[in-house]
Amino acid sequence: MTHPIPPGTRDILPDELRELRMLQARLAGVFESFGYGEVATPTVEYDEVLARANAGTAAAYRFFDERGQLLAVRSDLTVPIARLVANRFAAADPPLRFFYNARAYRAVRPQRGQAGEFFQAGIELVGSPAPEGTVEVLEVLSAALDAAGLGRAVIGLGDAALYRQLLEELGVAEDVSSRLLELLAAHDHVGLDRAIGELVHGDAQKELLMRVPMLRGGPEVLDEARELGGEAMSRALERLSGTYEAAAERGIADRLQLDLGLLRDLGYYTGAILEVYDPALGHVLGGGGRYDELMGRFGRSQPAVGFALFLERLHIAQAEEERIAEEGTGA
Amino acid sequence: MSGVARPTAALPRGPLRLALPRGALLEETLDILDQVGADTAEIRGDSRSLIFDAGDFVFVTMRPSDVPTYVEAGAADVGITGKDVLMEQSDRVFYEISDLGYGGCRMVLAGPDGEDRLAEQERRLGALRIATKYPRIAERYFEDTGRAAEVIEVKGSVELAPVSGLADAIVDLVDTGRTLADNGLVIREEIASSTARLIANRVAHKLRAREIDDLVRRLREVTA
Repeated sequence: MTHPIPPGTRDILPDELRELRMLQARLAGVFESFGYGEVATPTVEYDEVLARANAGTAAAYRFFDERGQLLAVRSDLTVPIARLVANRFAAADPPLRFFYNARAYRAVRPQRGQAGEFFQAGIELVGSPAPEGTVEVLEVLSAALDAAGLGRAVIGLGDAALYRQLLEELGVAEDVSSRLLELLAAHDHVGLDRAIGELVHGDAQKELLMRVPMLRGGPEVLDEARELGGEAMSRALERLSGTYEAAAERGIADRLQLDLGLLRDLGYYTGAILEVYDPALGHVLGGGGRYDELMGRFGRSQPAVGFALFLERLHIAQAEEERIAEEGTGA
Repeated sequence: MSGVARPTAALPRGPLRLALPRGALLEETLDILDQVGADTAEIRGDSRSLIFDAGDFVFVTMRPSDVPTYVEAGAADVGITGKDVLMEQSDRVFYEISDLGYGGCRMVLAGPDGEDRLAEQERRLGALRIATKYPRIAERYFEDTGRAAEVIEVKGSVELAPVSGLADAIVDLVDTGRTLADNGLVIREEIASSTARLIANRVAHKLRAREIDDLVRRLREVTA
């Protein structure tokens, strides 16, 4: 007879685990070399503590401990590390640099091949504002992807507040704005175009709001955007172009894709946001960005930025890239 | 947020992979692909193949409701299917990039012809029994309109349900309404309208931006 394990979980056997550990070690080496120190936090925390982040990510598993306290299993490491910084580094001089190689947990839907328990590898840089902090994180991420053998991987760089700011600059009403942002975050460009057509006044404004989510590519995207939107666009673009220029100075602009329509669903991003893609895989490898307000929710307000990579996906992409290289079909 | 999808499919290089819906939408889909210069001769033939090499594209043909699955996983870069399918699978993640305009039909609530007894049914029996192939759309609709419904999922001819007493009414997609009328059913409420949509994988939407935007532009020219 066999004994079932819960949906979304799995056993990892030696051959796979050996490769996952090697990958973790390589990433740790990169993080260490940039001055990041490893931390581990509890897998379970008090539900009300994690809920302070107001991240919109409900914990997948919640249960009561022996005293009747409600516990929750972490869905990422960013929120526990914000809590750790508030508890243990309240008086420390910024910036603080941490990395982790740990498991996190999310709810799964049946028959979708989703993992409810998975490894994440990532960093958090606390107390370093944009653009310097953001660019440092981009540099570490780029080095981590190289160390993982993903030389072709691309980092999508957007700004979580850009579209909202643009809507403000254009004087779009608050309720209309939040409707449009919801549609953008859901990647529903058809619904977005329709809502813009019905709810926004002025042909030039409509055209601008419809075009911006489609703008993604190299630095020419910034010029295209400015041409489209004049003053309002320029002001909304300021942060993103600042980050891009600073990244160019560090020589990592080549693997960046500017993406004006990028919006991630996590509730705590405030400025730059990023996503990682590799041509060998149809799934996003990881993501991150700035969350300058998250630390404040745990006590001490500090700018912060970080990223997390899904280790198992990285591993699959790595294997796929190896296969493509062996076949000699990757060009 | 949902669990982390365990990826299985590699995104190949080479021509853009386009998932096409077999069935009612296929004919019109192939017509517009002809107009943007794709070669659909082979797919129109009587080949039993499911995958076709067409120059600029590789066509992968499947049931309309499988299109979001393939596109989400990256087994196809882009896909065409009905909005009804996307609404039913609204928890899948992909970019919905273009309304292609054809394949128009409506998602409706339909009940037996004659006096409308649905409200009375709900009041006296506590809930409406609704048969449908679209359980999530139906559940959301009754939730949004503040009514209690017991949604029963069926796979085949849903018109049979009210006639045989399995359900009080149905939620289904109608085109001309002929099938409803033939089974003594009439439309009581319109839930949504649906047309064919172009969707894109999240990674393909970024890494193959130029090809995808070009396809969207060409499709817009011929469907406008």
